[in-house]
Amino acid sequence: MTKLFRMVAFAVAFMCCASGTHAADTITIDVSGDVQEALQEALILAEPGSTILIPEGTFHFTNALSLDVANITIKGAGMDKTILSFAGQTSGSEGLLITSDGAWLEGFAIEDTPGDGIKTKGVDVISFVKIRVEWTGGPKSTNGAYGIYPVESQNVLVDGAVVIGASDAGIYVGQSRNIIVRNSRAEHNVAGIEIENCYFADVYNNVATHNTGGILIFDMPNLPQKGGHSIRVFNNKSIDNDVPNFAPVGNIVAGVPRGTGIMVMSNRDVEVFGNEVSGNASVNMLIVAYADAYDDPDFNPLPQNIYIHDNIYGRGGWDPDGLAKELIAPKTGLPVPDIIWDGAVDGVWSAFFGPDSDDALHIKEAEGTTFASLEYVYDLIVPWDADINRDITDYPGSIAPRAAIILPQDKGSK
Amino acid sequence: MTRVKVSFLTTFICTVLLALSQAASAQISVNDTALMQARPAKLLSAYGLFSSLRGQTPSQRVHPYDLQQALFSDYAVKYRFVYLPFGTRIQYHATEAFDFPIGSVLVKTFAYPADFRKPQENIRLLETRLLIRQEKGWNAWAYVWNDAQTDAVLKVAGKTLPVSWVDAGGQPQNIQYVVPNKNQCKGCHSLNKTITPIGPKARNLNRSYTYAAGAKNQLLYWSENMALDNAPTLANAPSVFAFSDTVASVEKRTRAYLDINCAHCHRAEGPASNSGLFLTYGEDVPVKWGLLKRPVAAGRGSGGFLFDIDPGHADKSILLYRILSTDPGIMMPEVGRSVVHTEGAALIREWINSLEKIKEK
Repeated sequence: MTKLFRMVAFAVAFMCCASGTHAADTITIDVSGDVQEALQEALILAEPGSTILIPEGTFHFTNALSLDVANITIKGAGMDKTILSFAGQTSGSEGLLITSDGAWLEGFAIEDTPGDGIKTKGVDVISFVKIRVEWTGGPKSTNGAYGIYPVESQNVLVDGAVVIGASDAGIYVGQSRNIIVRNSRAEHNVAGIEIENCYFADVYNNVATHNTGGILIFDMPNLPQKGGHSIRVFNNKSIDNDVPNFAPVGNIVAGVPRGTGIMVMSNRDVEVFGNEVSGNASVNMLIVAYADAYDDPDFNPLPQNIYIHDNIYGRGGWDPDGLAKELIAPKTGLPVPDIIWDGAVDGVWSAFFGPDSDDALHIKEAEGTTFASLEYVYDLIVPWDADINRDITDYPGSIAPRAAIILPQDKGSK
Repeated sequence: MTRVKVSFLTTFICTVLLALSQAASAQISVNDTALMQARPAKLLSAYGLFSSLRGQTPSQRVHPYDLQQALFSDYAVKYRFVYLPFGTRIQYHATEAFDFPIGSVLVKTFAYPADFRKPQENIRLLETRLLIRQEKGWNAWAYVWNDAQTDAVLKVAGKTLPVSWVDAGGQPQNIQYVVPNKNQCKGCHSLNKTITPIGPKARNLNRSYTYAAGAKNQLLYWSENMALDNAPTLANAPSVFAFSDTVASVEKRTRAYLDINCAHCHRAEGPASNSGLFLTYGEDVPVKWGLLKRPVAAGRGSGGFLFDIDPGHADKSILLYRILSTDPGIMMPEVGRSVVHTEGAALIREWINSLEKIKEK
């Protein structure tokens, strides 16, 4: 009996182990039949931890794809080889929606979605690696809003991605925390890269070019997560952003002037350094408050504790557009200086003497960098003294350096 | 070795008894074992939820119900049932869906009559959706009816079906009806990331239903016949008006309509939490239910307008714009509809136009 029992127990244990190792396996999508059904079924039935391989080819989808299984890797044969086209999509507001933790997306492209490209909502650990999202007809207001769109997520990695043609933001990270966006390229979007209402983000080694605005760090009222802070933007190139704004009116980016290099709107503890900002016809570097009327007592519209240093400025501000043309150029003349701060501050004291150093703007740039504060609040108090302040040395100091973001899915690699 | 024999004998006797009891009972009983499997059954018939599948006649302990305000689903007619295993109880909740016991099932069949002017004739059953309450929580599955209308087959990845009908005004309608996949079910049925029923809330069940034994308020019936615990008296139970019930104010009807059609996503705990637009019936902060609220990630959905609800200006309000659209990059809700709910949109238009215009401008 004992012997038999042991044998049975062994057999049961063995079977458990065998099925355990079998559970997380590799599924190659059969693309000979209905790819929509095959891929969606795999995305639903895959065991946690599995890898789903999509072969080379262009595949057409009419319905959104979605993933809700944990720790799934979706891999294509490369961003120019495995192409998921949503040009004929009739249902679903994004190409691929991910609501499960731990997804790793690599080596495929999403094209021509009527809505967003890839959205992840409420996810912990999400990686977009060498992913391309593109609207192939060029910049058009009928393109979808966001290309790569993690929201309410944490531990977000965007690495080596390419996003082209988004009618809002190419790479948009919203209401998230612990974020790295690097080595990526955003072109022909309204906003190239936008970090909105986020905590702890490192944005580096990216190229944003031929967008309306290159890199935007925004904070907005009336959202579950607000008070964006602890953002570093460094070693990026935001150059030749020259596409007329094609965002539908009503969206915040619809107000971004054509030819904006890097823009910080509200937020706290933002460090912008080592970037090359050039060829932006409205303004290379823009630091402003959230200026729309809003109803949210918990929202601080001001940029606070912002440190701009060691950036390289090329040509800029020679042909301002939109708000830059209407509000900035009349005060500064042409070309618009390299760095513009609207001068919005909290209260009379700050208007005369500057914000407390914890809330202040700090600038340390190479000699010859041009600057203007539009003295927005000061002007309201003493309208007869309407001079702007062009003295860049009025903004000394720095902010405490913050350690680099480290993501659990990114250990050891760089 | 004797034990093996005993257990074999037990199994044999049980099987025989089970077969005998099934043969003895004319009424089909629900297959609890099938409901509790990790993998869903391939065919709807396996669960025994109906004594007549085609006729949508429920089995014992499967109770029909209806909602005061229903989600719009391309004008589909819906038959709703709830199955309650023997000896289990439902817990009442004042604002959320009731707490159903393990083993219970919410059943919803989507159907179209060929001609809505003759709603009882030539009914085509399209799909039956099940929400099954298992140990680990709710599971959502969709079964698509076969052409012969004899049974429905599990579709994990969803399906698109051409559907046509003649509407109440005599106009022919043709749509591509989308049966949701499992994830899309969760796209709406999600509260704090877990699958949750939407419809069976006190305010939606608080109405009369014509049962075989006569008409009765559903909350009363559920308390008396379905072991609903802790329900208040009808006078104290929450209620909403049907959207076509013109006795109620436009505002109350609209808020109830937005509650059942939008608030499963548009609430702090729902899939659209990131929008900051919260349309639950009890939301009383105006900017949260959209009044002069600017869009966040609307993209093309903004339609070029500045506010979700621009009071007094329905035609400049993003909310109505998206409800009137069928473009997947614009439309709301995101799934579950391919045509505009004209009557619902008319009510929302009336409501927004009735709101006091802002003074500046």
